[in-house]
Amino acid sequence: MRLTQGQFSFLPELTDAEIKKQIHYALAQGWALSVEFTDDPHPRNTYWDMWGQPMFDIKDPAGVMLEVTACRKAHSAKYIKVLAFDSKKGFETVRMSFIVNRPAEEPGFELVRAEGPGRQVHYTMRSYAGAKPAGQRY
Amino acid sequence: MNKPVDIKITNMKERYKSGVLKYKQMGYWEPEYEPKDSDVLAVFRITPQDGVDPEEAAAAVAGESSTATWTVVWTDRLTDSEYYRGKAYKIEPVPGTPGQWFAYIAYDLDLFEEGSIANLTASIIGNVFGFKPLKALRLEDMRIPPHYLKTFQGPATGIVSERERLNNFGRPLLGATMKPKLGLSGRNYGRVVYEALSGGLDFAKDDENINSQPFMHWRDRFLYCMEGVNKAIAETGEIKGHYLNVTGATMEDMYERAEFAKELGSVIVMIDLVIGYTAIQSMAKWCRKNDMILHLHRAGHSTYTRQKNHGVSFRVIAKWMRMAGVDHIHAGTVVGKLEGDPNVIRGIYDTCRENHVTKNLQHGVFFDQPWASLKKLMPVASGGIHAGQMHQLLTYLGDDVVLQFGGGTIGHPQGIRAGATANRVALESLVKARNEGRDIWGEGPQILANTAKWCTPLRAALDTWKDVTFDYASTDSVDYVPTATTS
Repeated sequence: MRLTQGQFSFLPELTDAEIKKQIHYALAQGWALSVEFTDDPHPRNTYWDMWGQPMFDIKDPAGVMLEVTACRKAHSAKYIKVLAFDSKKGFETVRMSFIVNRPAEEPGFELVRAEGPGRQVHYTMRSYAGAKPAGQRY
Repeated sequence: MNKPVDIKITNMKERYKSGVLKYKQMGYWEPEYEPKDSDVLAVFRITPQDGVDPEEAAAAVAGESSTATWTVVWTDRLTDSEYYRGKAYKIEPVPGTPGQWFAYIAYDLDLFEEGSIANLTASIIGNVFGFKPLKALRLEDMRIPPHYLKTFQGPATGIVSERERLNNFGRPLLGATMKPKLGLSGRNYGRVVYEALSGGLDFAKDDENINSQPFMHWRDRFLYCMEGVNKAIAETGEIKGHYLNVTGATMEDMYERAEFAKELGSVIVMIDLVIGYTAIQSMAKWCRKNDMILHLHRAGHSTYTRQKNHGVSFRVIAKWMRMAGVDHIHAGTVVGKLEGDPNVIRGIYDTCRENHVTKNLQHGVFFDQPWASLKKLMPVASGGIHAGQMHQLLTYLGDDVVLQFGGGTIGHPQGIRAGATANRVALESLVKARNEGRDIWGEGPQILANTAKWCTPLRAALDTWKDVTFDYASTDSVDYVPTATTS
């Protein structure tokens, strides 16, 4: 399967030049960039590991790209995303999120159905890779 | 121009003599009045009967929407009647439309029950709309003071929390209404939901008239839809949902359906505008309590929002619905098959999404409206739109919107899944291009054509619908146009 979380997962993988343009856009809006990675891409895994804190003070796309590159080097087999955070009143939330690295193999999720009374089914998503301990998943 | 007989009678003995007085004489026309920050303000478009003075007509609207009746009653004197009277404080001729005026009326806060749309509207659009001295009457806009706004819950979830729950940022959400609207069995219906979500949409949607009919009862529909939703989540790793329409004959029915949707793990339920303001507020409270997103389909609104001379402007309905507490509202597409002038739509979208809306007559916004941190309401664009219009939709409507392609997904020549993929790819490519600084309004068709070179579903969508436009003049347009500057 292909994990399609994020803004651009239906497009071909972004090149570094394209990633830099998106970072440039986010900075121009006054948003802070951050990088997160995980080996547990479950749709309800809200908290990926943070590659440092959000870069509130870095205003240069090249500076952000250095962190993207460093994170990719350290976690090349994991999912990595770039986030843009907006601290303005009325938002105070993530405004952009796109994947910039993914494992070569994406085994995806098993849909586990627990049958209940009245034809009810309770669904659980289980990551095939997640069955292994953290650090050995991809 | 005022004849002495027309002005407010200040001698109390004269004023309360039994009989009939003009509304102006009774004191409902107060051109000197300075509205208070805490007043509820309304602007009506009035079309007086021939021979009726517009100031008197405005005074009559103020009277009939607040304390007045057709004759003098001495019991007014048991109250501080000056205080409770609605006050018409300004009229302006409608530009370019002889015989019509905008009448501005101020109402004291104490005329209204806290947190009740039903009470607010029973005054503002109550008896007054049938009043004989007027040929027609339209409520154009309102200013709700923060004092009153803060007595309303506001959207159960709001745009920010909705996006955080869905883990979906930086682009419009994508949806599709299931078609055909009527007749599919639960099993077949769930198939459409599954294909659309699996192909790349975020939401699938029941239509307004899907409730619990002989061909598909609600419980059966809910079960099959959630199978489709969960299969699509597992295949994509994205949170998805289906607007389960819980509209029913009674509140008890709606609560039962909503509870079942919650038990099944749905993130969202849906209601129709025709259930009424009180039922909407009840469902909004239920949704806040149960962490559910509340989608509102505006079924029925065009019976009173579309004609410019009579009814209620949709921007007012949108305002009431943000107060009432829904999370999604159908608010127009500009380019699709349903009514929607670009400037009017802009005013409605601002009303839904901004924390402070500034007066802008060219968008049909007559007052500054601070929203006092009530959550933001996600507008939904639905009705006759397709992938080839994506650059226009993104330009007109921005990011915080649900773009819903029903026919534009399900009618795709290669199937529902391909239809969904075409829309998602078109959207992502244009968001990416816009962020890269490209002029998507001008270059949009070219960007889509280039993307379609590697995306066959998009190619097929563009070929199928390339000539489909709905280019008709809007019925509901704005009255104020920018004045051309001479250089």
